[in-house]
Amino acid sequence: MPEQQSSERPLWQQIQPGGIGVNPGSTERVQTGDWRTEVPVIDFERCTHCMICWVDCPDASFEVANAKLIAVDLKHCKGCGICAQVCPVKCIEMVPDSAENRETTDVNSGNGASSESAR
Amino acid sequence: MTLKLRDLSLKPDLFGTGHGLCAGCAESVSVRQILSALENPPVVALATGCLEVSTTRFPDTTWKVPLIHSAFENSATTIGGVDAAYKALVRKGRMEDRPLTFVVFAGDGATYDIGFQWLSGALERGHKFVYICLNNEGYMNTGIQRSSATLLGAWTTTTPSGDARPGKPEWHKDMTKIIAAHNIPYVAQAAAHNWKDLMTKVRKAEQADGPAFINVLTPCDRGWRFEPEKTMEVSQLMVEAGLWPLYEVVDGKYKMTGARQKKRPVMDALLSQKRFSHITKNADDATIAAIQAKVDEEWDALQALCEMSAAE
Repeated sequence: MPEQQSSERPLWQQIQPGGIGVNPGSTERVQTGDWRTEVPVIDFERCTHCMICWVDCPDASFEVANAKLIAVDLKHCKGCGICAQVCPVKCIEMVPDSAENRETTDVNSGNGASSESAR
Repeated sequence: MTLKLRDLSLKPDLFGTGHGLCAGCAESVSVRQILSALENPPVVALATGCLEVSTTRFPDTTWKVPLIHSAFENSATTIGGVDAAYKALVRKGRMEDRPLTFVVFAGDGATYDIGFQWLSGALERGHKFVYICLNNEGYMNTGIQRSSATLLGAWTTTTPSGDARPGKPEWHKDMTKIIAAHNIPYVAQAAAHNWKDLMTKVRKAEQADGPAFINVLTPCDRGWRFEPEKTMEVSQLMVEAGLWPLYEVVDGKYKMTGARQKKRPVMDALLSQKRFSHITKNADDATIAAIQAKVDEEWDALQALCEMSAAE
């Protein structure tokens, strides 16, 4: 059976019997970040890495490594703002979504100010 | 069995990104928390609902666990079949016997209304599974229709508010107590904002010797008419107003969980949701008085049950 390409609609030969999904977590390719009107900006100077934003994020958009918060996944963050509300030290601020504001949090660009201060 | 977020954050996420649930939806928060609290590998059955249609858009899936969906009403029966099939395969030596947790995620429509008979049957047969009801108090997926979990006085598209009627005229079904009356080992009520309470209950449910049921309040920002960032705040207000008491029933013994809960009038919770705006604009509204009276009555009845269980 030809390998299923998750980036395109599959051919009928590639569809499993019963339409069974074969790529766990494949909705990752969907850019739900397009929905966003506000973007979270984290002040890493004040962040205590308590992980409450991580556990309360509906879109699993907080990137963690070794039990430390490192960045926000802006490809999937829908900008709901729950993180800013639940943060106990109020170090997350929701600002209007713009290219400039995105750069400070964007994990994909890899050179944002936020990801730098986390390193 | 301590729960630390830093430890949990080291585990791989079993519920991925890119699903189509609304911004600020409490369901995906609760699902992520429940899956990360489980100690055994889960096998999940889904009922039709917001969660199912938004996370399994063909040909994709958000889930990283074995998942089965067949129809709206029969998720409890489906997982009962999975449980029976697994036991049979192990008995015939065709599958390795290892600890698995069978989990059902269903909405309040699939639990309170459409799948009630099927759930009741599966509980009676004693299949070992954890049934999670993600209760957003209505059929939100199809456009905010009333369900038997919808609160008295709430606006929905099938119980519109106006001169003739003040929203939904009936009091909701107390599903958690109905399930507790099945005498299963573990029944609990939890809410989206309290991750520690929810995860502790999930671990207890997983270790129960038989079926377990957890009714989780997952506020819906579209259907309840509030801003998406207020999800956790609204959930907390519902608990603090006594509209959603957090408790558990272990082997028939009622027990409140967490700190003192009821410390607000219901008005505080109703004001946070615009689905009640037609009754909250007038503080003397008869519907608010009716809700407060009923909440007080149910709260006292629950406290009496807890005291009775503690005295035994």
